[in-house]
Amino acid sequence: MTKTYPKASRPSLDDVSVSIEKGDFVFFIGPSGSGKSSIVKLMLHEIKPNKGKVIVNGKEISSMRSWKIPSFRRSIGCVFQDFRLLPNKTAYENVAFALEVIGKSKAVARRVVPEVLELVGLGGKEHRYPHELSGGEQQRVAVARAFVNRPLILLADEPTGNLDPDTSIEIMRLLDRINRTGTTVVMVTHDSNIVNQMRRRVIEIEGGRIVRDQARGVYG
Amino acid sequence: MRAKYVLAEMLVGLWRNVTMTIAMIITMIVSLSMLGASLLMYMQVDEMKGHYYEQVEVSIYLEKSIDDAQRSAIKSQLDGDPLVKSVLWETKEMAYENFKEQFRDAPDLVNAIGADELPESFRVALKDPQKFDQINAAYAGLPGVDTVVDQQKLLQKIFDILGSVQNLSLVVAGFMGLAALLLVANTIQVAAYSKRREVAVMKLVGASNWFIQAPFVLEAVFAALLGSILAWVMLVVGKIVLIDGKLAALTDLLLPVSWGNVNLMLPILAGIGSVVSAVTAWVTLRFYIRV
Repeated sequence: MTKTYPKASRPSLDDVSVSIEKGDFVFFIGPSGSGKSSIVKLMLHEIKPNKGKVIVNGKEISSMRSWKIPSFRRSIGCVFQDFRLLPNKTAYENVAFALEVIGKSKAVARRVVPEVLELVGLGGKEHRYPHELSGGEQQRVAVARAFVNRPLILLADEPTGNLDPDTSIEIMRLLDRINRTGTTVVMVTHDSNIVNQMRRRVIEIEGGRIVRDQARGVYG
Repeated sequence: MRAKYVLAEMLVGLWRNVTMTIAMIITMIVSLSMLGASLLMYMQVDEMKGHYYEQVEVSIYLEKSIDDAQRSAIKSQLDGDPLVKSVLWETKEMAYENFKEQFRDAPDLVNAIGADELPESFRVALKDPQKFDQINAAYAGLPGVDTVVDQQKLLQKIFDILGSVQNLSLVVAGFMGLAALLLVANTIQVAAYSKRREVAVMKLVGASNWFIQAPFVLEAVFAALLGSILAWVMLVVGKIVLIDGKLAALTDLLLPVSWGNVNLMLPILAGIGSVVSAVTAWVTLRFYIRV
């Protein structure tokens, strides 16, 4: 699969082919501009490949009709470096918002949200606003929001990019626990510490090409 | 829950942006009331055409030197003519009486005309007022006929004036409508921008497109409905103050505007206003909130 951005002289991803099994935990690593973030965007259908196919959960999304995309996205959870929480909502409301806007009732939210906040280790802090939480705690809210729908895949784009090493490791433990429930985790990072500690599949990208795909890899 | 959410978001959006909302509603009021006024005028002119054309006559003026044989020949031809509905013979005396009656406010004019000076004529009502040309061709050349005059031509001038007033108000309505559309587009953009974080999250977690767009579209529709109701109120005030008040003297000539027509404007304006602004908002969002 190839992706070239308009006005770019060379493709961001050049004839890349990769397959990730259900339940995998995969790191995409590589320097800035290597094209690793494009992978997340392709999987979310934020961008489309110029050539080739993107198949997620057995559906070819590169040719998916635009009105089907919202329901497709419900099967994917997303975590970003900048958390993307709503500042005027509490932790509880942030997670509940994700449920409400896809049509779940308030009763469902009341049952599910405290559960998932407990799971990410934020029990007792449901009614804090994002500015009253530490960076690590904010990222936990984001993980809770991504996971509350029990997605098949969790995409994490540099989730530890704004966190100190200790907090990063806590977030990684959380992602690992989520992975053990059967959720596929795809994480883009350039945090060598974490990659080395986790010893999971590592796919290294450089200049838009895969230069390494190692089952229990290190950052190298 | 979802309907409540969408409605609450709509009101919050309108309030957050209240100056823009007011500007949007005002331009809508002006353009919709202009549109309503010109529609009313259009219906009015139509009604007046029907009303007057029924009464319109063709006048066949006779020469002073006409003799009885010529007159009865014309009369019998008119009586047998399939285009003619009815014929009235207006003698010189009747013409003078009518003239005195018409110009009773101007005695000098009446005094200047002798009882014998006005021509006698046949007042002919046509089955189809449009067929004047055929009548003119058949009777203008007959011995004893002076001229054949179509009153419709006189009325046409009045209708032409009304028509151009109507066109003018349509042009104004068009320009104000365009301004209203641009304001709708702008308001929706500002509203979408102020909620960009929420929109981003909604897209991320897979909220359906209509659910993301509905509050914004409803904002525009709500403003349009409010604008059309106020535009209708303007029309009602216009009818009471202008048509039934200051211009009441003219309505003898122009026919009164009926309440039925004025009230009909409410659903028409509300319909046009809300559909047009909903489409504008939706198109704006298509460009602004890409999936």
